[in-house]
Amino acid sequence: MGLLDKLKCLLFGKGSEKNQAADTREQKPIIKKPKEEKPVADKITVGHVHMSGCTGCLVSLADNYEGLLTILDKYADLVYCLTLADVRHIPKMDVALVEGSVCINDECSVEEILETRENAAIVVALGGCACYGNTTRFCRGGQQNQPGHEAFLPIGDLIKVDVYIPACAPTPQQIRNVCLMAYLLLKGNKEQQALATAYLTPLMNLAAAGTEACGCDLMTEVINQGLCCGCGSCAAACPVRAVTMQNGKPQVERDLCIKCGSCYAQCPRSFFSFDVCGQYESIIKLIGDVMTP
Amino acid sequence: MDYLGQYKAVFKAKSGCEDVLKKSQDGGIVTSLFAYALEKGIIDGAIVAGPGSEPYKPEPMIATTVEELFAARGTKYSISPNLALIKEATRSYGLDKIGIVGTPCQCQAVRKGQLYPIGLRDVPDKIALVLGIFCMENFPYQGLYQMVEDHCATKMDNVTKMDIGKGKFSVYTERGVNSAIPLKVTHKYEQPGCHVCLDYVSNFADISTGSVGSPDGWSTVFVRSAVGEKVWNDAVKAGWIVAEEADLKGQFGIPMVDKLAHTKIDGNAKTLEARKNGLLKGLKPLRNPYI
Repeated sequence: MGLLDKLKCLLFGKGSEKNQAADTREQKPIIKKPKEEKPVADKITVGHVHMSGCTGCLVSLADNYEGLLTILDKYADLVYCLTLADVRHIPKMDVALVEGSVCINDECSVEEILETRENAAIVVALGGCACYGNTTRFCRGGQQNQPGHEAFLPIGDLIKVDVYIPACAPTPQQIRNVCLMAYLLLKGNKEQQALATAYLTPLMNLAAAGTEACGCDLMTEVINQGLCCGCGSCAAACPVRAVTMQNGKPQVERDLCIKCGSCYAQCPRSFFSFDVCGQYESIIKLIGDVMTP
Repeated sequence: MDYLGQYKAVFKAKSGCEDVLKKSQDGGIVTSLFAYALEKGIIDGAIVAGPGSEPYKPEPMIATTVEELFAARGTKYSISPNLALIKEATRSYGLDKIGIVGTPCQCQAVRKGQLYPIGLRDVPDKIALVLGIFCMENFPYQGLYQMVEDHCATKMDNVTKMDIGKGKFSVYTERGVNSAIPLKVTHKYEQPGCHVCLDYVSNFADISTGSVGSPDGWSTVFVRSAVGEKVWNDAVKAGWIVAEEADLKGQFGIPMVDKLAHTKIDGNAKTLEARKNGLLKGLKPLRNPYI
């Protein structure tokens, strides 16, 4: 008995021949072919490496909701992710999204960050902790059950990092954009590669610029340099409301700042590419198109 | 350098509503477009430069009704950090379709925020309409205060309108008396960050507007994006905006806009070059935000 017949028996019991024929005609559309007949061949491989972080960055990635499924369906295989994929050791991969800073008191973490660098073509520091230390900068040790763990470093202090996605937590949309651009960079045509390179360049520059960030960057790198235009982007970007606008300029409550780097990275005067932003209409459309399931 | 940016069409226009024009800066374009977009559900609210704690000190506000929009009419020549509310608009205000008006740098910040939403979770796709204004430079409030109170010898409380045009900064009071100073005098009060700006007519807005290039009471309008084009055409068709052909040839028409764009952008490009080489020979270079 075929699957269809079995299903019919289950649903309707054994009916007359005539009824069965009618049922077959009506039931046909219910059983569809699997959506994906063969796996998409040309995906990139992405891994999520969990160092000392709170899993907020991973949650943010997952907060793309059906967008995450589209990405996994069409553009990227998640080859390593302790929370979501059953793989124990860091495999070879195209892009490693590293969440969290590295506790150098923990031998295993130190080994893993090196392994990540060796196995990944592109290392992305995902979120404030991996980029700049973020809240782990304030660790003084003494926590159960590892009171000896007190020294945490942004991954860029231990390995070479290619791309930064700052902020706490990084936004689902920013993570999505970087994943799509990485796909275009590795699998796209010449034109798409050029776009991806132009898009990723500022985030690569952030990675090259160092591992220290603070709300103070708004003073030292923007206001002090005579560049602040008083737009308020920094105040909107700050996740802890440490930045308020006073007399048209950002005022940072330094005790509140968690050193995640989002204010400075969001500032239009930290980096601005006329080339990329000038194409905003087509890029937004492109992202919309490729994210259609 | 792209002086006037990409645009689909350029017009001379003003509001079709007399009430708007009563207290608008020029043609009342921004107020009318937002009012139209609010009424038609194109936006749920708009981030505008509303009245602040002191006269002519703008404070960003989210207008969700036409009355609130009306309260924000007219130009305030000081800094209103409108972007500061862009995330808040989607949170406490619960807006799904945001309108925002901004200077060229603020429009740049909006587009950067859409493409690089580093700290702007769930904001990029909620930006529904970006209106840009022409902007030569902006003044910190203390600078504006000094221009009005000291140079124009006018009490801030008594001012009914301020205007920049024809090479002058003019202050109007209720008695109609107006005091004007040459723009040259105001230069030292400008915000330093304006001197590296490479955009005069808000090239990154959906629709940008300003007084230059049109007769008094009218505004020049550049319709730029597909979104902007749709809103504009519909608003004109519905009679909310009166649009006429722009003066493409005349000395005080679009050539004037082009001339001022060259003045601003070429001048600021020079400033950027000087920063790159060190302000004086032998000094270290300063940071350049553009890549």
